[in-house]
Amino acid sequence: MSSVTPESPGFITTQLEQVVGWARKFSIFQYPFVTACCGMEYMSAGASHYDFDRFGAGLPRFSPRQADVLFVVGTISHKIAPILRMVYDQMCEPKWVIAFGVCTCTGGFYDNYATVQGIDTIIPVDIYIPGCPPRPEAVLDGLMKLQTRIQKQKQAL
Amino acid sequence: MAAVAPTREVRNMLINIGPSHPAMHGVIRLIAELDGEKVVRVQAEIGYLHRAFEKSAENSSWTQVMPYTDRLNYVSPLINNFGYCAAVEKLLGIEITERCKYIRVVMSEVSRITDHLTCIAASAMEMGAMTVFLYFMKAREFLYEIVEDVTGARLTISYGRIGGVKGDIPENLGEKLESALKKVEKELYEVDRLLTRNRIWVDRTRDIGILTREDAVSYAVTGPLARASGINYDVRKAHPYLVYDRMDFDVPLGEKGDNYDRYLVRMEEMRQSIRIIRQAMREMPGGPVAVDSRGEPVKSFDLVDEAKMGRTAGLVNVRTTVEPTLSGMERPFLDRVMPHDRGVVLPSKDDTYSNIEGLMNHFKLIMDYHGICPPRGDTYFAVEAANGELGFYVVSDGKDRPYRVRVRPPCFFNMAVLHKLLEGYMVADIIATFGSINMIAGELDR
Repeated sequence: MSSVTPESPGFITTQLEQVVGWARKFSIFQYPFVTACCGMEYMSAGASHYDFDRFGAGLPRFSPRQADVLFVVGTISHKIAPILRMVYDQMCEPKWVIAFGVCTCTGGFYDNYATVQGIDTIIPVDIYIPGCPPRPEAVLDGLMKLQTRIQKQKQAL
Repeated sequence: MAAVAPTREVRNMLINIGPSHPAMHGVIRLIAELDGEKVVRVQAEIGYLHRAFEKSAENSSWTQVMPYTDRLNYVSPLINNFGYCAAVEKLLGIEITERCKYIRVVMSEVSRITDHLTCIAASAMEMGAMTVFLYFMKAREFLYEIVEDVTGARLTISYGRIGGVKGDIPENLGEKLESALKKVEKELYEVDRLLTRNRIWVDRTRDIGILTREDAVSYAVTGPLARASGINYDVRKAHPYLVYDRMDFDVPLGEKGDNYDRYLVRMEEMRQSIRIIRQAMREMPGGPVAVDSRGEPVKSFDLVDEAKMGRTAGLVNVRTTVEPTLSGMERPFLDRVMPHDRGVVLPSKDDTYSNIEGLMNHFKLIMDYHGICPPRGDTYFAVEAANGELGFYVVSDGKDRPYRVRVRPPCFFNMAVLHKLLEGYMVADIIATFGSINMIAGELDR
């Protein structure tokens, strides 16, 4: 609980923000935009061994309008980039983006004519999970970092 | 004015499935023409995951192509590794060691099981059988642990090397592998009980998406798809490579070529793969491990200090320990899995770290324009990947970089015949049929 100072918003507002943040971080509805190899580790992270349902992110929604975290999993080529942008634009606020795997972070070792050199050239990214592909443990770490971020940010009420 | 009878134009509906669709694996767009619920015509658009594999291969040395091959069929990367290695080895004309052949067979089959597990799991999940997905992901995890034990990575492993493999397998792999296989068998049994006689599953797969024998042949379809249509073609039997001719295994064949047959063929292939792994582990030759002169392992950096002092006598046969990521690459182990060919095979890590000859040899192979230089020429080598015949056509102009690496991806032909499997069936069958052909975009679009 943060201390309330005279300059800060009132007690009720801050408490409400905390509660909303807490609720939002544990009810992540994700949209998996799975294209490539990272999808295998995404499946592993979602299945029973690693199970990111423990963090409230277990229910993927395949409609962008129902989702609030966009998981971009795997290489984004120039051909699929407009579709990624469209999916992002269709999502409702508040929304977050996780760049899953090094191809989405920087293009990885696909430094060539076909691959987008990092999806942050197209859409804003909140959390980068590097690795080719990242281990499920790294995915869980990234997810927890996103939760911290959601809790800390100013909630649009 | 006479009333004109209202005319109604009846047109077929065009719908887009994908590319952002959960069952299209994110990278396929199907343009389906529907008459009511019936599919009249289907066009598949591919290329959403084109990553320029073949062009990248031309810009890297022969060994550097290895990580790119991992990511072709990322569900069974080991088979791709070994397929590429075998093609380059054929070009170089080198023979790999017996133990290495067995290791390659074991790891290929482990990979094949993970691939089939993923295929059935994903297609079952797309049809609503979430339990199957969870069971098979669990089974796959047991095998990933084995892969991690051997190669150091779970998925993109880069375990193959031209002339052999990265390092020897861990000493206690046999027991771990056996216990993993037992667990996988249990999952297979459970899923068999869940699906094979399940009314919903059978109704949705039997007589759906039939691939006739003639179509399979004329579209050059190989692998489980062709075998489900009754074509007895398996590269492991037809053109035996490695030690598959010594293995005793059956090639399951289907009769009709529908989705159900493809499911049954994949299930049976996993059981046969388990059989092959057991045989290969049993017959794998050990080969002598060089005796160390001190009776105990030495750390490799101690060895460097010794060598700096000039105390090099007797160092040749010393068994050293290297850091865990390099384990299996110490001299006695590497000798078992790699041929003695200084122009191709990297020296063992303790040689690299302890004497100047090893270091120079290492550098000569790693430096640009000095690495492995196969003679001018071209060759084609095919292995049986999880989806069918995976061929590598490699061309060398005598330099340290490939002039051309062409892949024959098994998926490409499966996708080419896809419209024959979908037309005439219901729109809901698109998902079931598409799941059963196991499209892997990495090798399809390369």
